[in-house]
Amino acid sequence: MEVKLVVGMEIHVQLATATKIFCGCKVGYEDLPNTNVCPVCLGLPGALPVMNKKAYEYSVRTAMALNCQIPSFTKWDRKCYYYPDLPKGYQISQYDLPMSENGTIEVADVNGKQKSIRILRAHLEEDAGKNMHDGTRHSQVDLNRAGTPLLEIVTEPDLRSATECKNLATELQKIVQFLGVSEANMQKGQIRFEPNINLIITEDGQTYKTPIIEVKNLNSFRAIEGAVEYESWRQLEAWKKDHNYTMEKCGKENRGWDANKNETVFQRGKEDAHDYRYFPDPDLVPVEIDDAWKASIRETVTELPRSYQERFITQYKLSAYDAAVLTGDKITAQFLDDAVKAGASPKRTANIITQFGLKVANEKECTLDQIGVSVTQITELAKIIDDGLISASASQTVFEKMLNSDQSAQAIAKENNLVQNSDSGALEDLLDAILATNNESVEKIKRGDKMAKKLRGFLMGEAMKQTKGQANPQVLNKLLSEKLK
Amino acid sequence: MDNLTLIQLRDKIATGDISAMDALNHTFDRIDSVDPTVKAYISIHREEATSQAIYIDEQINSGQPVGMLAGVPIALKDNMITHFGRTTCGSKMLENFSAPYDAHVVEKLKAAGAVIVGKCNMDEFAMGSSNENSAFFATHNPWDTTRVPGGSSGGSAAAVAAKTVWGALGSDTGGSIRQPASFCGVVGLKPTYGRVSRYGLVAYGSSLDQIGPLTKTVSDAALMLQVIAGHDSRDSTSIDEKDAQVDDYLCDIEKPINGLKIGIVKEFMASEGLDPQVAQANQAALDQYKKMGAEIIEISLPHIQYAIATYYLVATAEASGNLARYDGIHYGHRTTNTENVLDVYSASRSEGFGSEVKRRIMLGTYALSSGYYDAFYLKALKVRHLIRQDIDNALKLVDCIISPTAPETAFAMGAKTNDPLTMYLSDIFTIGVNLGGHPAISIPCGISKENLPIGLQIITPAFTEAKLFRIARMFESTNDFATKLPQL
Repeated sequence: MEVKLVVGMEIHVQLATATKIFCGCKVGYEDLPNTNVCPVCLGLPGALPVMNKKAYEYSVRTAMALNCQIPSFTKWDRKCYYYPDLPKGYQISQYDLPMSENGTIEVADVNGKQKSIRILRAHLEEDAGKNMHDGTRHSQVDLNRAGTPLLEIVTEPDLRSATECKNLATELQKIVQFLGVSEANMQKGQIRFEPNINLIITEDGQTYKTPIIEVKNLNSFRAIEGAVEYESWRQLEAWKKDHNYTMEKCGKENRGWDANKNETVFQRGKEDAHDYRYFPDPDLVPVEIDDAWKASIRETVTELPRSYQERFITQYKLSAYDAAVLTGDKITAQFLDDAVKAGASPKRTANIITQFGLKVANEKECTLDQIGVSVTQITELAKIIDDGLISASASQTVFEKMLNSDQSAQAIAKENNLVQNSDSGALEDLLDAILATNNESVEKIKRGDKMAKKLRGFLMGEAMKQTKGQANPQVLNKLLSEKLK
Repeated sequence: MDNLTLIQLRDKIATGDISAMDALNHTFDRIDSVDPTVKAYISIHREEATSQAIYIDEQINSGQPVGMLAGVPIALKDNMITHFGRTTCGSKMLENFSAPYDAHVVEKLKAAGAVIVGKCNMDEFAMGSSNENSAFFATHNPWDTTRVPGGSSGGSAAAVAAKTVWGALGSDTGGSIRQPASFCGVVGLKPTYGRVSRYGLVAYGSSLDQIGPLTKTVSDAALMLQVIAGHDSRDSTSIDEKDAQVDDYLCDIEKPINGLKIGIVKEFMASEGLDPQVAQANQAALDQYKKMGAEIIEISLPHIQYAIATYYLVATAEASGNLARYDGIHYGHRTTNTENVLDVYSASRSEGFGSEVKRRIMLGTYALSSGYYDAFYLKALKVRHLIRQDIDNALKLVDCIISPTAPETAFAMGAKTNDPLTMYLSDIFTIGVNLGGHPAISIPCGISKENLPIGLQIITPAFTEAKLFRIARMFESTNDFATKLPQL
């Protein structure tokens, strides 16, 4: 018996436009319920939608980053169904002529090898409001979210493992963040993933396809992996019990993810599947995009995470691990890139950012560019460490002071007496003086006495004391070794 | 005072001859006296109107500039959103609905100084041709109160014909301004689709709906259009003025068109159910035009026989989407006995909608449903394109197309309520125009033996309302139908 796992992913990305897709209400704020609303997004009688151009452009930007084709003509359709969070009784979406199709995205498989996942299409639509069921007899409807622009991306069923699904999810999240089209915070619901999962089973020359299961309510990458693993187990067991458990006989099914029990729960079968009665929305005009417009949007497709990562590894010779950490978000990646382009060494800069910068950013819960240091400051810090002007241990102190100061790294080091003395000549003289007054210890060290190590340490310590800690320890060490030969 | 035209009243108010309050008080008196019989109004807004009239009088008395309609009492069909009072659309569903905003046309009217007096009765959600589909009460034709005023803008037409106001706005999706204008002996204009903003017009058939004026004279209608026409960024289907500027509709209105070429539709002449008196009045009008130097040319609209079927697929499909928002959840009527949310939906809608509305929603839903979309809705869109092409092509050969507005005069109340299809045929001459989007006007052209008005319809190419008014004025200037409104 052979079992092949087949998964296609549907992704909804909330676009970070200032206003909603069809009206001027604010987007994305956690304000009091039903306060970011107007006649249009409330679906009041007589209200009409007007397309948000930025939302369309962000969608095209994203589709271009995913190598999609952008048709020159696209239109809007009404998707009709009833639900309390859908005030008009239809969602304005796109049906047969979406704004983009036929793209690809590179994703790492279980073995870390890159594979290409095909993107069937990406289209623009409006989000619904939120229903809240808080356990009372009533459900509550908050329409603040209704009308938020959503980019729906649909892949072909090219995914073959839970790992691939997770990798696709993380990669897509990074891409839209890097492009600046979405904050894509999963916990805030700004990016939502719905895997469509089934199995192709061959036994005794016969092929069976289990029903395609769409899983909803996944709000973490772990949940995505868990759901895919669970479904690949559940469907196989179900089929083993009854070989009639097939797509042909049972049709598509919707299930929800229960994060507490780590299992999927039945929601809706094919009998209850909606007939959405799609038809072109007569209130909106189609969008026709020409080459000039496409070109102007193409310029906004900034460098993608994968490209940064590859450059950091091949050009900057950073480790794969460091490259991954440094491309965790665009601001960090750009920060490193800018510092290196200004002359700092990649390795040193990477260290400063990963050891100091990101730590502070995490603590302050902000991005790297908001912690209080500039690219220029970091660039200089990296340089003076490499030049030996300060010791590696002093660099932390300098960094911390830079957080609250506009001064250059060098100025801060000087001000705080952190400048290392790397002047071999002066240090040699100093050492000679110290050795001269510690003849006995020197003899013992030269003889290889059992206290040699301790005594050597004492001499080093004395030199450091006399230079008020500013001697460059490496230089000192080297000189001392030579003198103690 | 109520024999003055809108423009005459406007002028007298502007010079201080009559005050806005005088005009308004006259309106209130008139409404109090005749509306119990005619029942054109769903709601009257005395406070709102009075404060506007007082404001206009202050402005005029202190020599401040005022708008083109300053002080003129106007009524609105009750599917135009006003932030004051209620907007009911003639339906139980919105019986107590009060909106937080004003429609674009309402803003324009107010900016022009108009005094909005009240909201007029209509067929529920603009679906009907007799005003009998109103959930509240029927409106009576001022010419003969046992007869219908037409629909769905029957209240607006009756309000003008009964001389309670000098102008009213209606909406036209398949003939709903023109047919009641014809039945009530007034002028009714459906502008080109996209000429007037639909923002704040409760949607029925989004690709067909247009707001237009009902008045006593052609010039009055031209003035009202002047005020409400123009681009609105809140309506994506409203035409950009760089593509179709708003002309001055009045400056040349008295200038006849020399060598006017009038098209008469071959396919209309074979219409069964065309009242011989209507046919006769239509012919008399054409003869009058000939006397003025016009040439009558027979033209063909080969696909016009499919207009009604096409309309009842396109309009109802769009309506099934547009009326989905009336779900008892956010606003409007909500049922009281419910077990679950599905009950809320089905009971609220069953209780809130009348039978014609339900009929059209079901028809539209069916036409869009899986397996039927191609055969019905998609096919209808294609035929619509052909009908539009037919009208465009015909209008290349002639300046305008003239036909009767309706195949009959006002019928008796209850005469057609048993058979929806018969009711639908009332729109046979008007309905193709909405599918094409062209502008069309109905003007009085005769009075039947039963003392009922007969209407003449004139159609011109898109965005040529200035010319349309001139052609209409040519005929109007040869008769005095505008003075023949019933003495109620």
